[in-house]
Amino acid sequence: IGHPEIFPLVFTTKTQEIFNCRVDKDVTEENCFKLIKKEDIVQDLKTRAAISDFHPVKKVVLEYPGEELLVVFDANFQYGQNFYLVASEEAKENFLKPPKTEEESEEKEQTLEDDAYKHPVHKPWVSLGSEKEVEEEYVKDRVKKIKYMFSRARREFGAPISFTDKNASHVKDSYVECTSYQDKTFSIKVLEKDVGVQMVPKVTEAGTQTKWTYPKNATTQYVPRELSNEEKEEYLSSEKLKQFLTSVCLRMEIALQQNEIMNAFFDDWKALEEDENSSGNKTDGYLKAHRSFTDPRYLKDKNISCVRWHPTIYGMIAESVTKRSSEGERKHLQQDTAILFWSFFDPTHPQLKLEGPDDIDCFQFSPSDPNVIAGGCFNGQIVLWDISQYEEKLQNTKNAVGIRKTVVNMDNASALKLLEYNNVSEPSSMENDESETEQPSVRHCASSSTRYGHTKRITDVHWLPDYFEVNRTGETFQNRTEICVQLVTCSPDSLILFWDIRDTNFPAQQSSEKVKEKDRFDKVSKAPHTSKDPAVIWKPLIKISLVEKGEDHRVKYTPIKISLQDQHYHNKISDKAQSLNKPREPQESPYAQMGVHSNRSLKALQNVSNNFFVGTEDGEIIYSDWAIKVISDSEKGASMKHNVHNEAVHTVQRSPFFKDIILSVGGWNFAIWKEGVTKGPILQSGSTTRRCTAGHWSLTRPGVFFIGRDDGNIDVWDLLKESHKPSHIQSISASRLTCISPWIASPKQQFLAVSDASGVLHVLEICQTLSHPFSNEEANVLDYFERRVDRLKYGIDPEFESED
Amino acid sequence: AEVEETLKRIQAHKGVMATMVINAEGIPIRTTLDNSTTVQYAGLLQQLTMKARSTVRDIDPQNDLTFLRIRSKKHEIMVAPDKEFLLIVIQNPTE
Repeated sequence: IGHPEIFPLVFTTKTQEIFNCRVDKDVTEENCFKLIKKEDIVQDLKTRAAISDFHPVKKVVLEYPGEELLVVFDANFQYGQNFYLVASEEAKENFLKPPKTEEESEEKEQTLEDDAYKHPVHKPWVSLGSEKEVEEEYVKDRVKKIKYMFSRARREFGAPISFTDKNASHVKDSYVECTSYQDKTFSIKVLEKDVGVQMVPKVTEAGTQTKWTYPKNATTQYVPRELSNEEKEEYLSSEKLKQFLTSVCLRMEIALQQNEIMNAFFDDWKALEEDENSSGNKTDGYLKAHRSFTDPRYLKDKNISCVRWHPTIYGMIAESVTKRSSEGERKHLQQDTAILFWSFFDPTHPQLKLEGPDDIDCFQFSPSDPNVIAGGCFNGQIVLWDISQYEEKLQNTKNAVGIRKTVVNMDNASALKLLEYNNVSEPSSMENDESETEQPSVRHCASSSTRYGHTKRITDVHWLPDYFEVNRTGETFQNRTEICVQLVTCSPDSLILFWDIRDTNFPAQQSSEKVKEKDRFDKVSKAPHTSKDPAVIWKPLIKISLVEKGEDHRVKYTPIKISLQDQHYHNKISDKAQSLNKPREPQESPYAQMGVHSNRSLKALQNVSNNFFVGTEDGEIIYSDWAIKVISDSEKGASMKHNVHNEAVHTVQRSPFFKDIILSVGGWNFAIWKEGVTKGPILQSGSTTRRCTAGHWSLTRPGVFFIGRDDGNIDVWDLLKESHKPSHIQSISASRLTCISPWIASPKQQFLAVSDASGVLHVLEICQTLSHPFSNEEANVLDYFERRVDRLKYGIDPEFESED
Repeated sequence: AEVEETLKRIQAHKGVMATMVINAEGIPIRTTLDNSTTVQYAGLLQQLTMKARSTVRDIDPQNDLTFLRIRSKKHEIMVAPDKEFLLIVIQNPTE
C-alpha cells in the first residue's frame, strides 16, 4: 500500500491488553503513538505464534534495527486497519517528531525567517527498484558464440596467382539474390487524395492590324467636259441624231402647244384675290405729303433744278439749287451753295453742301459709288464731288441730329496737300468749331476745263453703265473696272460729250500712304496734274455735235436731255434697293482702285447699242448714235427727228421696264416713243391747259408716270386705266414744279420727291395702289404699247382718242 | 440640214427660251444658250433623267420614260430622253 514502512495491523482486544494499547484507553486518536519494545513483540510471537497479530510482520520486526517499534492507532483506517506498524526508525522518528517539530517549526518560522540556505547533504543512494529495469534491458548473450578459424596451408603462400573475371549472373547459384516483388499486402490503394486545383484564365494577347480605308479623291474634275467642234459636227451629221430628233420632235411639240394653249397651273382663286386687293380703296389719297424741306437761308427764292435720291442711304435726298434768274444775269458766283443734302430725320437743316464753280443744273450719283457725284454747271463745266468723308456722317444722321456740326475749311492752298488729290477735306485740318451749326461744305474735287467742254450750260449728265466703256473712236469695250467711269453730257451748244473720269486726277485717296499709286498714275495720265486747284484740263473723250445736215445749211440742234439705251437704273429691282438701304460700312470707294484706262486688251462689246434719244430746246426728239466712222467728222445727223413738243423738251426718259419705250415731256404735252419706230411717237397727249414742266416714269408700275405742271400740280397718268387724261391730279405747291423723282425706300414705301421753283422740296409718299403693280401689268402695258405701234403702222393718228 | 430645221421649228414656238441637244453623258452638242448655263443644265438634267428613268423602270420593267416636264415658277423645262441623246427645251408659258 505504497508506503513500504507502513504495515497495517489488526490488533485484537487481547493484543491490545498485552501491549497496553487498548483503544480509547491507552491510545486515543490524539495520542495514537505507542512504542512497543522489540523484545516484547518477539516474545509475543513466540508465545502465540500464529495467532499473534504480529505474525504477518514477523520478519519486519526481526529485522528492525531499533529497540522500539512504533505502532500507530489508525482511527480513520487510513491504511486499512486500525493500527499500523512503522517499520523503520526513520519513519518512527518522523511520526513522533514531526508534529512536534511542525509545531516547533511554526513557532520558529516566525522568529527565524532569515535562516541561511542549507546545502543539500550527500545521502547514500536508496534503491527504489530502478536497477531492476535497467537489468532487464541489458543485452546479454544467451548462447555462446561459435568461433571458426580458416587458414591456408603455409606451402601455398606466394604461388603465382591469376585472377579472372566472371560474371556472377552467368553461373548458377553463384549468388543468391533476393528479388523484390510487389507484395500485395503492402500496397495501399489510394482512395482519396487531396489535390490542389486552381482555375486560371488563359489569357493571350493577340493583335491585328486592319487597313482603314477612307474616301480619297481619285480624280477631281474642275471644268465640265465639252465636245470639240469636230465632234459636235460629227454628232450633228450623224444618222442617229436625225432619227432621234424625228422621233422626239412630235412629243416636244405637243408639250409646247399645250403650254401655249393654256396654263394648266394657273390658280384662279389666287389671282382673284390679288385683283381684289389692288382695285379697291380708291378713296386713298394717292400721294400723301410726307416731308417738305426748305431752308430760309439758302433756298429763299431759289429754283431747284434737279432732285436726286441718295442710292443707298434711306431718306437722303440731294437737290441742286440755282438762282431764279435768267441766263443773262449770270454772274460769277462765289462759293454759293450748289447742292444740298437733306435727310428725313432733320427737316430743317441740310446735312451737306456741295459747292461748285457755278450753279448746277443737273447732277447724278455714281451708280458704283454713291459718294461720287457728277454735276453739270451753268458755265459748261462738269464737276465731280467725292463725299466719302461724310458717308458715315450721312448714314448716321438720325443719330446725329442735334449735334452741332463742324465747319470744314477748304484748305486747297496748303502746300502739304501736294500729293493729296482729295480736296474735299482733311481730317487733320478740320476745325472743330463747335459754336457754329454749319453743315460741312464740300468743294468739288474735279472739274472739266472750260475751254474744251461745253460752252453753254450743261443740261443733262449721265453715268455710263459699268459694263462697258467707250474709247475715242466711239467703240464700246468691256469695262474691266466694273465701275462707272464715264459720263455723257449734253448741252444746248449742240454738243454731246463723253467724259472719262480717269482723265482727271480724281481717284480720291483717303490717306497719304498711297502716294506710290498716285505717282504711277500721274506719269501715265495725260493731264498735267496740279493738286491744289482742281482746274485740270479734263477734256472730253468724244465730242459729238448734232447738226442737221440739210441741203445747204447746217442747223445745230440744241439737245437738252439725252437718254442712252443702256443706262444704269438704281432702283429697277425693288429687292435690290432694299439691300442697298442697309447702311454701308464706309468702304473704300471703288474709285480708289481706278487705274489708267487703256484700250488694249479690252474686249469689244458688240451688243451695246450706241443709239440715243435727244430732246432739244426746240422741242424736237432726235434719234442718233455715237458711232464715229471718221474721227475728224464728229458731226452726226439724226436718223430720226420729230418735233412733237413746241417748246423745250425737258425730260427724255426711258421706261424702267421697257428698254425701248421713251417718255418725252416738254412744252404743253408729252409723248411716248418706241425705239425703232421712226414714224413718230406711239402715244402723244393732247395739249393741256398748263405747261408740263417735269416728268418721270413710276419705278414699279409699268404703265404709270408722273407729270409736273406749271401750276404746281402733279398729274398721275395710268395708261391702263385711262390714256387720255391723268388718272389723278394732285396739287403740291403753288409754284412751278421743276423736278420729280420717285424712290423705292422699301417694298412697302415709295416716295416721290417733287421740287418746285420756290425752293421747296416736297417729299410725298406714294400710296400702295400707285406703287404696287398688278399681277400682269407689265404684260398688259406691253400689249398696250404693241397696239399703239400697230395703230401707228396702219396710219392712225397717234394723237389720243377719247377711249382706249 | 434637217437637224437644223427641226431645231429651228422648235425654237420658233411661242415662249421658247432655249433649246439644247445633249448626248447621253451630258455633254452638250447643240445649244442656243451660253456655254456655262448650258453645261449646268445639261449636267443636272441628265442626272435627273437617269433617275426618273430608273424610277419608272423599277416599278415596271416593261415601262420606259418618254417625256419629262418640270414646271417651275418662272418657266417650264421639258426633256425628251432617248437612248443616246436628250432634247431639252425651256419654255416660258406666259398667260
